[in-house]
Amino acid sequence: MSRVEYVARRVLSAVVTVVLAATINFLIFRAAPGDASTQYQMCRTCSAEFRDYLREDLGLNRSVIEQYLIYMGDLFRGDLGHSFQTRAPVWDELTGPLMNTLPMVGFGLLLGLVLGFAVGTMSAWRRGTVADWAPLSGSMFLSVLPVQWIGLMLLLLFSGTLPSAGMSDPYLRFSDPSWWDTLVDRAEHMILPSLAIGLAWCGVWALIVRSALVGSLGEDYILTARAKGLHSWRIMRRYALPNSMLPIVTMLFLTFGYIVAGSLLVETVFSYPGIGLELYQAVQNRDYALLQGGFLLLTVAIVLANLLADLLYFKLDPRITR
Amino acid sequence: MTRGMVTWMCRYPGGAVGTVVLGAIVVLALLAPWVSPHGSREKAGGVYERPSWSLPLGLDDAGTDMVTLLLWGARTSLLVGFAAALIAVVVGGTVGLLAGYVGGKTDAVLMRITDYMLVIPDIPLLLIVATVWGRSLTSVILIIGLLSWARLARVVRSEAMSMRERAYVRRALTIGAGAFRVITQHVLPHVVPLLLTLAIFAVGNAILVETAIAFLGLGDPSAISWGRLIQNAFAGQAVSRGAWWAIVPPGLAVGALILSCTLIGRALEEKLNPRLRTGHLSVHSFRVARLPVDGRLTSRTGKRM
Repeated sequence: MSRVEYVARRVLSAVVTVVLAATINFLIFRAAPGDASTQYQMCRTCSAEFRDYLREDLGLNRSVIEQYLIYMGDLFRGDLGHSFQTRAPVWDELTGPLMNTLPMVGFGLLLGLVLGFAVGTMSAWRRGTVADWAPLSGSMFLSVLPVQWIGLMLLLLFSGTLPSAGMSDPYLRFSDPSWWDTLVDRAEHMILPSLAIGLAWCGVWALIVRSALVGSLGEDYILTARAKGLHSWRIMRRYALPNSMLPIVTMLFLTFGYIVAGSLLVETVFSYPGIGLELYQAVQNRDYALLQGGFLLLTVAIVLANLLADLLYFKLDPRITR
Repeated sequence: MTRGMVTWMCRYPGGAVGTVVLGAIVVLALLAPWVSPHGSREKAGGVYERPSWSLPLGLDDAGTDMVTLLLWGARTSLLVGFAAALIAVVVGGTVGLLAGYVGGKTDAVLMRITDYMLVIPDIPLLLIVATVWGRSLTSVILIIGLLSWARLARVVRSEAMSMRERAYVRRALTIGAGAFRVITQHVLPHVVPLLLTLAIFAVGNAILVETAIAFLGLGDPSAISWGRLIQNAFAGQAVSRGAWWAIVPPGLAVGALILSCTLIGRALEEKLNPRLRTGHLSVHSFRVARLPVDGRLTSRTGKRM
């Protein structure tokens, strides 16, 4: 398989997944009891005429196939519909919160990765000693704790010392802050949610890194390298780590979806106005249009991340085009 | 207790600890109606009363005894965990076996669906499905089960694929055994240990996902689960009232339960794949997998469990 063919195949499969996601997205909401006109927030007490008007307006009086084609056509043009709650385009409702989420999750990811790699490498290196099982059991315990509980514990410990809700101080703007003050304020509000994500994931990553490393440390070339008298650190860096990168990267990108999901819980705990909190509120308000759009957006993000991982394999494993 | 069990416990101390903890939780959960000090809806005192000798873990925001709530919560959490894992194992096992054994078009279609299930962000999907399906314990179990089979199907598929090429399977086919017979008689028994391992991981995962569903307020409103207790502490402002006793125990309980599942799963995994025990970079000693005590080698698929 040539490189071009490989890339084309991957891109095609990503596109198919997105189309499938959009279709299922469409079907799930059709399976809901009633339709948008009976669940429409403003329409709890409205008249039958208005309900008919709504059905007409939302296109619910057409056949399901027709509705599906219209839905997909709108998606193709980048139109995710309008929020039931605010009537604003879903796209505009989602981009703001998404931009708030990205730096927070990114910071948390970085934190978790650095910690996870450090712990995992050390654990695999000192296998079978105290330096292995102590961090190993620590990370196993961290990896099974519900992320929302980690968030609550952080609140319990730091709620006096660090800002515990929102993403900026609402009173800051009255004191005419410099850009530096604003930045510090934002960063302070990010610490706890990012820390929660970092802690929840560093355990998982430590385990992934450790098991990948343990796998390659059992290979014969490691034994050969050791027989040659190479220094342990050199064996780790030049022989074991590069050969473990493939499973590690695969797992990292596979966990991406769970991180998105986790950010939903973390943002709820810390009232951080990101995409997760937006979806949470959409559930509370039964705002199906917003939910549908947000879900599709997240799916596309994850599909893209997986595609990126597939393309990254070239760099990591030249044998892949076999 | 047989000699084999003792040997197993010595070789896999993690698995032994996990089994004991899981067993203890299951027993306590079963005995909840008899051992809980108060009723699960009984008001035992004031709101967020501090822990004392008579109330070891204090009271929650409705004045209910935390020990009682934890005992009753274990029942729901375990029920959700095991039932959802059962669904995941049945669906994932069937899909994986079919895809791996039959191959071809079936494999392509099933794996596309599996890949989709792996890619979708599961908690947002749970959110949507739970919103649409309504809030009951059955729908929580169904949702978790139907969303967690994909990983399992992948692993089973690769095992079934290698199985198809085994000599005994080919021989069975040559002497005229049908596909159904080969799958049930020759392939399935070899996949069962693997399925059990995956199942115990699935139990842990389901319990974790249940806490998320409960936290987002989409669980069964009448069922007490550990996830629900965490949600309750959050919604009842336990943090700002400094009621640590309402927050810490349910989280630790969930942690202990899932950790015990993970430990058992890892011990089984290590038993199935003894290569996990080898390593050449240990500082003090080289490690080679030890032979099983009775000297017989275990096949990689671990036919002897």
